[in-house]
Amino acid sequence: MRFMRTKAALGATALGLSLAACGSDSNSADVEVAEDVSFDAGTTMADLSDAGTMRIGVKVDQPGIGFQEPGEDTPTGFDIEIGRIIAGGLGIDDDGSIEWVETVSDNREPFLEQDKVDIVVASYSITDERRQIVGQAGPYYVTGQQLLVREDDKESITGPEDLEGKNVCSVTGSTSLERMVDEYGSKPVPFATYSECVDQLTNESVDAVTTDGAILLGYAAEEPDELEVVGEAFSEERYGVGYSKDDTEFCQYITDTIQAAMDDGTWAEAFEATLGESGVDTPEPPEMDPCE
Amino acid sequence: MDTLVENRAEIWEGFRLTLWMLLVSGILATVLGTVLASFRVSPVGSLRAIGTSYVNVFRNTPLVIILVLSAAFWPTVGLNSIGVLGYSTFVTFAVLGLSVYTAAFVCEAVRSGINSVATGQAEAARSVGMTFTQSLRLVILPQALRAVIPPLTSIYIALAKNTSVAAIVGVPEAAYVMRRLSNKFTSDVYAIFLGIALGYVIIVLVLSGLLQLAERRLAVAR
Amino acid sequence: MSAVLFDVPGPQAQRRARIGAAVAAVLATVLVGLVLWKLAAEGEFESELWEDLRQPNIARAIGQGLTSTLSAAASAIVLSVAFGAVLAVARLSDHRVFRIPAVIVIEFFRAVPLLLLIMFVFFGFSNLFSDYWSLVLALMLYNGSVLAEVFRAGVNAVPRGQSEAAYAIGMRKSQVMGSVLLPQAVTIMLPAIISQCVVVLKDTALGVIIAYGDLVFQANLIAESVNHTIVPLALAALIFIVINYSLSRLATWLERRFAERGRGGAGGTGTADLQLDPVRGGAGD
Repeated sequence: MRFMRTKAALGATALGLSLAACGSDSNSADVEVAEDVSFDAGTTMADLSDAGTMRIGVKVDQPGIGFQEPGEDTPTGFDIEIGRIIAGGLGIDDDGSIEWVETVSDNREPFLEQDKVDIVVASYSITDERRQIVGQAGPYYVTGQQLLVREDDKESITGPEDLEGKNVCSVTGSTSLERMVDEYGSKPVPFATYSECVDQLTNESVDAVTTDGAILLGYAAEEPDELEVVGEAFSEERYGVGYSKDDTEFCQYITDTIQAAMDDGTWAEAFEATLGESGVDTPEPPEMDPCE
Repeated sequence: MDTLVENRAEIWEGFRLTLWMLLVSGILATVLGTVLASFRVSPVGSLRAIGTSYVNVFRNTPLVIILVLSAAFWPTVGLNSIGVLGYSTFVTFAVLGLSVYTAAFVCEAVRSGINSVATGQAEAARSVGMTFTQSLRLVILPQALRAVIPPLTSIYIALAKNTSVAAIVGVPEAAYVMRRLSNKFTSDVYAIFLGIALGYVIIVLVLSGLLQLAERRLAVAR
Repeated sequence: MSAVLFDVPGPQAQRRARIGAAVAAVLATVLVGLVLWKLAAEGEFESELWEDLRQPNIARAIGQGLTSTLSAAASAIVLSVAFGAVLAVARLSDHRVFRIPAVIVIEFFRAVPLLLLIMFVFFGFSNLFSDYWSLVLALMLYNGSVLAEVFRAGVNAVPRGQSEAAYAIGMRKSQVMGSVLLPQAVTIMLPAIISQCVVVLKDTALGVIIAYGDLVFQANLIAESVNHTIVPLALAALIFIVINYSLSRLATWLERRFAERGRGGAGGTGTADLQLDPVRGGAGD
């Protein structure tokens, strides 16, 4: 079932052109909020659009992806932008009508199952196991485990093999840390937050910080002259949008909306305004999976 | 069960760090705590003030904050590679933080131990002409030791458990190993937890046993 | 007794004491000063930081963190008292079928680190418990066990005569417990219970391991957003110190008040504010 893409697509294109002219300097792209959309009755899209509000689960502690300044009302980041794009297609603007729900890695599935959120956009890697429990549309971004090192080390540390026997930092319990220990023989340094890891990196107490490249880019963006993300991704993480399982029409809507944003440049704008601040080149948008 | 046996090397590595931190922090905290206790009972007013402020600051702050500050503070004042005996610099940060925190409790335990010694003892010591330091060292402290061992046992047990908090400041000790193994072997979470918990129970039992032995040996008839 | 350790100082001793005091004060100030100066040199106190910290959203974040901390602590304390009471009654029971499991439960939860408990409750039950409830439940299990021992000590501290008289007039054990011993025990134990509240408050900080948004978690977020670690965390520490110090003073005051009134046999030992465990006599941490 198709929704009325024409108006949304036209609007987004027009906006894309005008953006090129003014150049966004805030932390977000200008997302077109569709007007007068209508969906087939009974679909999730119709319900959300009629209600005029939606709840989106996001991370709030990952700079560049989903980060909330302490005390601020709304978070910012690439995931938030994707969320706004999806909401925009439903006619929902980010003016208080979107409820950003804080999620951590372990409660993404429960929140969808218990209907605490409508979608989850929270560095949510697509895996077969998760697809047994929830639906995942996308990917809207492909990244993988990478390394963050000091500017001085970017020649000597080009990949995980260079970190054998060295101190590598990540969040306590993260799979990235385990991979470094199991496969590359590094010495683990677990901390509670990525930012503490980055502090220790700057202090020269550890040699690298490791996790998904997307997260590392966020930190590199804050100190572009001191920190650098190096090496190819040595695992693959495909970030997807979580939704309640078996809602195929919703999946189709999400996939189509994001595809439209990829085609007309809004996706790239969103990247540049958030993760791209580190100076890294905007990648090609990934191929999305079909909805089953 | 098998998971525990297969990974016993890693589990042991984690507990090795736990035991090392327990040992070093225990010694440092006891020394620092006793010094602080002597500050608190000394005739010099400013020493008393130093002792009291120290105790009030470090006893009422969560250990998490102290450890995170420790990991952030030492590098800022220039000490960022102070690994000792093959243990990482983060172990040193954690040990310093744990010692500083536990010393506040040791101080209070020792002070209450000193106060529990009958006043007559101090009076007698003074009347035969001993100075403050002599009375403390030769008469009061030996007797206070007996009163002080039960609270100290509790403090050291708490220290053994508190070493687990180092898992959030860069030390891959036993609690970290539990988290890592339960991530890898998600079907065995219960066995892993019980196994690591058992490790701590053993440490606590051995500690209590050792200290009870010490108490009996050092018992001073009153 | 500290006063007995030294004679009333004569003029020479007074002079020495004053010099000693001055030297100690100067040394301490110099040490603290050096540390602060080095920190300032590293830019830990730069004006930009204070500008950032004065933003209203920082105050709001601290408020949110404080509320989360206090809320988790309050729930945990209430549940711990309830759980501890149940455990204590079981522990004091004459029937082995209640007593032995109670002993095992108490000793187990006192020996296991709280961090492990929190992780196990959160990760070990397929996300049945939210971060808030994982923290509260773990706190309940641990502090309940400690309080069970406190209650047991309190009940045992009520003068023998009370229970003897109660039995003499024909009360059954449960009536003796409920109408005579427990109410009196509560006043004896109140200072120790408040002491345990301080421990609970400090232990809520462990919620950072499961990303519970307490005061320490917020302080970490603030530190991340203003790019300085030491000042925001020291600020959080200050808030904890103020709250916990006041609670400890309350405990000491209560203890003194009960001692004056001559209630029970365990009052007035001056141990309430030491966060010492009345049974083992050590830090119930």
